[in-house]
Amino acid sequence: MTSAQNALLPAAYLVTGLLFIIGLKFLSSPARAKTGNLLAGIGMIVAVVATGFDSHILGWTDILIGGAIGALVGFVSARFVKMTAMPQMVALFNGAGGGAAALVSGGEFLKMFGVGRQLALGELLPIVLSTIIGALSFAGSIIAFVKLQEWMPGRPVTYTGQQIVNAVVLLAVIAIAVSLLLGAGPWFFVALVAAAALLGVLAVLPIGGADMPVVISLLNSFTGVAVAVTGFVLGNSVLIISGTLVGASGTLLTTLMARAMNRSLGNVLFGAFGSVKTAASGPAAASGGTVRTASVEDVATLLAYGRSVIIVPGYGMAVAQAQHAVRELAANLEKRGVDVKYAIHPVAGRMPGHMNVLLAEANVPYSQLHEMDEINPQFDSADVALVIGANDVTNPAARNMPNSPIYGMPILNVDAAQHVVVLKRSMNPGFAGIDNPLYENPKTLMLFGDAKDSVQKLASAVGSA
Amino acid sequence: MIERVLTELTIFMLAVWVGFEVISKVPSMLHTPLMSATNAIHGIVIVGAMLVAGALIGGAAGHAIGLAAMILATINVVGGFAVTGRMLQMFKAKPGPPK
Repeated sequence: MTSAQNALLPAAYLVTGLLFIIGLKFLSSPARAKTGNLLAGIGMIVAVVATGFDSHILGWTDILIGGAIGALVGFVSARFVKMTAMPQMVALFNGAGGGAAALVSGGEFLKMFGVGRQLALGELLPIVLSTIIGALSFAGSIIAFVKLQEWMPGRPVTYTGQQIVNAVVLLAVIAIAVSLLLGAGPWFFVALVAAAALLGVLAVLPIGGADMPVVISLLNSFTGVAVAVTGFVLGNSVLIISGTLVGASGTLLTTLMARAMNRSLGNVLFGAFGSVKTAASGPAAASGGTVRTASVEDVATLLAYGRSVIIVPGYGMAVAQAQHAVRELAANLEKRGVDVKYAIHPVAGRMPGHMNVLLAEANVPYSQLHEMDEINPQFDSADVALVIGANDVTNPAARNMPNSPIYGMPILNVDAAQHVVVLKRSMNPGFAGIDNPLYENPKTLMLFGDAKDSVQKLASAVGSA
Repeated sequence: MIERVLTELTIFMLAVWVGFEVISKVPSMLHTPLMSATNAIHGIVIVGAMLVAGALIGGAAGHAIGLAAMILATINVVGGFAVTGRMLQMFKAKPGPPK
């Protein structure tokens, strides 16, 4: 091989790394984000094509068959997934990446073991690490998917002795890893994959639906780290660069979100163990106030004759697929000269920025979407705050009830508006299972029913008012 | 060996810094596409999957591992980029014609 050919691969990987970085940079502006995604995609193609010329590739059958199956599955699911199901889709793709990282490390281990080579500690350590993190991320993502898809309850799954079980599994992972580092054979490797996957399952089970955005983001960064460590296994710079980029950005995103809930990451991950009792005793303690209900006509009049309306969407809007109806309602209000804005809480929905994507799908321009810090001072001058399927992010208990599980979480100050209208399916508490004193506020009107149905009725009532 | 590891650790450190730096200014409005894009980017593990699947080592187990790694990594790459593109397609500055 000539020296020019030798330099080809690293040079291509350098281009890939650069395109990924520039692509991510472009993703910070809505106008350039599309170009950013395209650049990152081109970077990926460059890396794949260049790897095709790697002299270590001796056979193409498995690569082509696997690639074709993966491309078909990936494309079809990406093309047809509903925007409301985006969180679980991302979780699934993320799990696939984590699983692939663990498998690549497994393949390397088998390769070296197969030729009877004694592996040095420095070679084994990254193999073991990327296998643990990859398998954990794979299994954790699958559980996150199953929860978000509501194939199992989204609420935290807890049982007595849970912490002990988790600790035992963690110790098992460590013990198997150490045996492997000391030279144990392939069956220990299989055991490591199984134990790490089990740990992933057990770690995600006790995390509640409302904390899912944080968990998905964390698992995303885990897969990034697994890929980076796989890069150490293969001595491959592009894997190290890209995996680390994702790991670092994912970690930052995760902490930003935990901060938006005013909780530490540790509390999000392990909080369910302690908070279940508090949440269970909540409803009984706070009930007794009166709740005022309203009819569609009452609410439509209130909205149509207001000057400014702030819409507060939450996961309930996503579940009811009400985003298009919401857009129609807003359009009808705007026709009457009502000023309409949307207030987006950073953790509304089941993944960060979830509401923005849903509203964008319904053709709401992003100039109407306002982040919490920006919109909070404006509730004072709003006539109506229209809460659609949002609960915990509007709960004043976060401000003034120190014993509430969400105490200290920054919320949208909807109760500062002249009137508050809450669209809700029933009086059941939200995902977190916490009572919301907002509903007993004298300013508040409740409109019960399916969010999509209610909003559609409101839209036509406002349209003909 | 030790030299190679040190070079790799240098790359790693710089990438951590770049990762933090690049993301710190992304508005929360774009968090979902961003997460989805970084999700697609860690699909770069496809390079490792190609090397394992193309190495033809390890008999039947080696085949199975290589094939499975290729399938999962390609799902990650293709699905990740496609879904991010689909999402970003919807972000508009001005209201478009209703569907």
